[in-house]
Amino acid sequence: MSGPRILLLLLAQLALTMVLAPLLAGVINKVKALFAGRTGPPVLQLYRDLAKLMGKGQVLSRSTTGVFLAGPAVAVATALVAALMVPMGAASAPVAFAGDLIVFVYLFALSRFFTVLAALDTGSPFEGMGAAREVTFAVLAEPALFLGLAALARFSGATSLGPMLTRAGHGWVGGLASGPLALILAAWVIVFLVENSRIPFDDPNTHLELTMVHEVMILDHSGPGLAMALYGASLKLWVLGALVVRLCLPLRGTWWIDWPAFVAAMLALAAAVGVVESIMARLKLRRISQALIAALVSAGFGFLLLLLQV
Amino acid sequence: MLLPGLFFSALILAALSGVPGLLSRGSGGRTASWMLAGAGLCGLAVAGAVLYGGHPWQAEMPWALPGARLRFQGDALGSFLLAPVTLVPALLSFYSEGYWSDEVHAHTAPRLRFFFGLATGSMILLTAAANAMLFLFAWEVMAFMAFLMVCISDQDAAVREAGWVNLVAAHTGALLLFAGFSVLAWRNGGSFDLGPLPAGFAASPAGTAAFLLLLAGFGLKAGIGPFHVWLPGAHAAAPSHVSALLSGLLLKMGILGLLRILAWTPDPPLWWAGLLTGMGAASGILALASALGQRDLKRMLAYSSIENVSIMFLGLGLAFAGKAKGLPVLTLLGGAGALLHLLNHSLFKPLLFMGAGSVMHATGTRDMERLGGLAKRMPRTALLFLAGAAAICGLPPLNGFAGEWLIYLGSLRALEPRGWIWGVVPLAALAVIGALAVAVFTRAYGVVFLGEPRTEAGAHAHESPPAMLRPMGILACLCALIGLCPWLLAPALNRAAGELSGDPALRLGGLANLGALTLIAALGVPAFAALWLRLRRAPSRSAGTWDCGYAVPTARIQYTASGFAQMLTDAFRWVLLPHERRPRIQGLNPRPGRFSVQPSDPLLDRALAPLFLGAARLANMLRFLQSGHLSIYLVYVVLILVALFTWTLA
Repeated sequence: MSGPRILLLLLAQLALTMVLAPLLAGVINKVKALFAGRTGPPVLQLYRDLAKLMGKGQVLSRSTTGVFLAGPAVAVATALVAALMVPMGAASAPVAFAGDLIVFVYLFALSRFFTVLAALDTGSPFEGMGAAREVTFAVLAEPALFLGLAALARFSGATSLGPMLTRAGHGWVGGLASGPLALILAAWVIVFLVENSRIPFDDPNTHLELTMVHEVMILDHSGPGLAMALYGASLKLWVLGALVVRLCLPLRGTWWIDWPAFVAAMLALAAAVGVVESIMARLKLRRISQALIAALVSAGFGFLLLLLQV
Repeated sequence: MLLPGLFFSALILAALSGVPGLLSRGSGGRTASWMLAGAGLCGLAVAGAVLYGGHPWQAEMPWALPGARLRFQGDALGSFLLAPVTLVPALLSFYSEGYWSDEVHAHTAPRLRFFFGLATGSMILLTAAANAMLFLFAWEVMAFMAFLMVCISDQDAAVREAGWVNLVAAHTGALLLFAGFSVLAWRNGGSFDLGPLPAGFAASPAGTAAFLLLLAGFGLKAGIGPFHVWLPGAHAAAPSHVSALLSGLLLKMGILGLLRILAWTPDPPLWWAGLLTGMGAASGILALASALGQRDLKRMLAYSSIENVSIMFLGLGLAFAGKAKGLPVLTLLGGAGALLHLLNHSLFKPLLFMGAGSVMHATGTRDMERLGGLAKRMPRTALLFLAGAAAICGLPPLNGFAGEWLIYLGSLRALEPRGWIWGVVPLAALAVIGALAVAVFTRAYGVVFLGEPRTEAGAHAHESPPAMLRPMGILACLCALIGLCPWLLAPALNRAAGELSGDPALRLGGLANLGALTLIAALGVPAFAALWLRLRRAPSRSAGTWDCGYAVPTARIQYTASGFAQMLTDAFRWVLLPHERRPRIQGLNPRPGRFSVQPSDPLLDRALAPLFLGAARLANMLRFLQSGHLSIYLVYVVLILVALFTWTLA
């Protein structure tokens, strides 16, 4: 791709992510309201909340240091950089190079590092609890993600997210790859739900239940800090969602079909998450590790099956 | 002649840096630091000339010892280690002027400086030693100095015990190395000169024996599992700047030995790669799981050293596999990854040990459960420790990521058709290790520096003097520099890894785009800075932490280090076997009970300690031979002579 086209793609992808990311939460909540027979909050509610919170002042705990504010800032910054590295409506991402998938995953590890420290900075037992859970689940979630990526690297012969996912998107029809790809998709969906703290693994809507992970870590943030924490979470939902969507979306190669198809698939993913949240209860804490081990095994089998075929 | 001259100046300056302090009281610390700094400049000049200028050097002198020659070879591989080995001790020495000052430790400080200088000198010698006898001589000096430094606070029983285990392990290692080098010398027709091995040797039984002996010997020094048993105790018992030297540099000499084996062997069998990879994966994960169970800050850092050595083993495994399968790309990426991680670890681990030392200096304890809230009382130390913690977790944009990234790229390349399919093991292991490292270091930083002080010890801490902060600052800046611009090291890595793969034309440039890491940092860091400043500038007021309306929150309700790690340590209980005491809860109104859990090292406690005790008991049974009468000993001599006589006649 030529320089100006990359720049155009970069700006398009950045704008799309920044503008549409909070929409996913609205779609999820609307679907849940429909299932429950309620009217529910407007689809654009999160945008309003963010605008309101950004205009407010904040209450800072006397226990905290500069790390506390770094938590949400790192979460937004890393998610924005990651948004430039995952392919969306085009075959390749604007920032792409051999091995970019490793950087992509480690950006989220960086975000986790600071979110956890920000939680511990308050000295609150609740936030310590959430932080302990967050680092525990990551130990299983990261290898599941990586095993899937390793399988795709083997399948596509590439080490950059763009060609890997594009090849996978075309691999579903006319070949024996659909089985292993389905296993990887299953693994990634679990990782996607865990990493984004969705039901059945975590409940983003309650605030004082003891089985929570992400919401409990940002308990002490207020005003702009809370806005950034929420915005960072919705960016993460969008970016990891893009990874899942592109795994099973065959591209046509014409931009006016691919981009709308991508956005539609993202909204469909949000609706699916809403359906899952409506029909399932939250799992016991112990079951989360078991589900993640299932994801790990599923990705591992996907890898082995692809080995036999390629 | 210039380069050998500079090298020997560095060697002599470092080795003798402790001597002026022995002769005169008072200014010994400062003199030693400046001598080590001079050694550092000389060493960096040599390393730069070899690695960037491409001027390898050699020197040779006769030696009276049989089979031994004073043979030095300044190749790229050794020079890559020479840079940290000369630079870091100088920084540690400046730090020790505040940490282990002559005023407080009048008796031990001069001695410690002398040992420190000799240990540094012997490591400088090791980077260029090209004769097995010379190598073993330097190796023994280094190991013995390490023992003396660990035992410097010998009035403490735990220190003596750690020193004892260290000494036994070091000498077992030296013995194994001697045996391994002897096999090589036998193959070379009696010459102990080290150099490339002939093709076909590696696959022969002698080659297998030599490899296993050398692997065990070097593994004992590097502290890879299952040879790690001496390491945590020794690193926790030593003064912090010594722990930093041991952990940051001494361990790397074991890795250097393995890198040399890789460079000498043209055709290693594939199972060597599998063995190294398996050891790296298992010990990396278990070391971090053990680290999560530690309350002692320095023991925790020691276990993390095992984990980092394991990452280097994963890189080495890929490099060996590349050579075995004729894929130089794997050797380049794995070898360069191992080398870069080695360099990185020799920067951030001393930084973290110095941070731990400052914490001990300020609070008098290294028990994490008694600390907390230090970031407000010692903000500069906290910031520097945070930089080290983020770097050691391998998080971009710091240096730890760059090294791990190369190993990841190597394992992805191994997955290509006709590659090495076991390359998926380092990939999966690194993913688990990365996530566990985040858990270990968020726990350490969060419990020690964040929140509220848990005891009085933490509440009255004070910031360290600038003399202790400056060396830490320099290391933190180097970590950031390598992380932001890893391509600065590309020529050096190309040359050193070229010696490993035997294909000097191969370049990292086309395989790993190190500039991309700079691009990512250039995108992310300004975004972060803008967002963080926006939050800092937002109008705010302060209040207590939200406590859900609970009326009397205390610092004791905070999550403890043990609580934070509990879910993970429980998951590893079946292999780490902690000593646990649970109260039995009976009846409707159970009596008060106590719960206690103590981390253990199953290998040391349940296998090696009984083994050595048994050996000691056996040896005791032979004591009747030692009567102390000269006449009996003369009878022994005669009996042996007669036995030899009959044997030679028959």
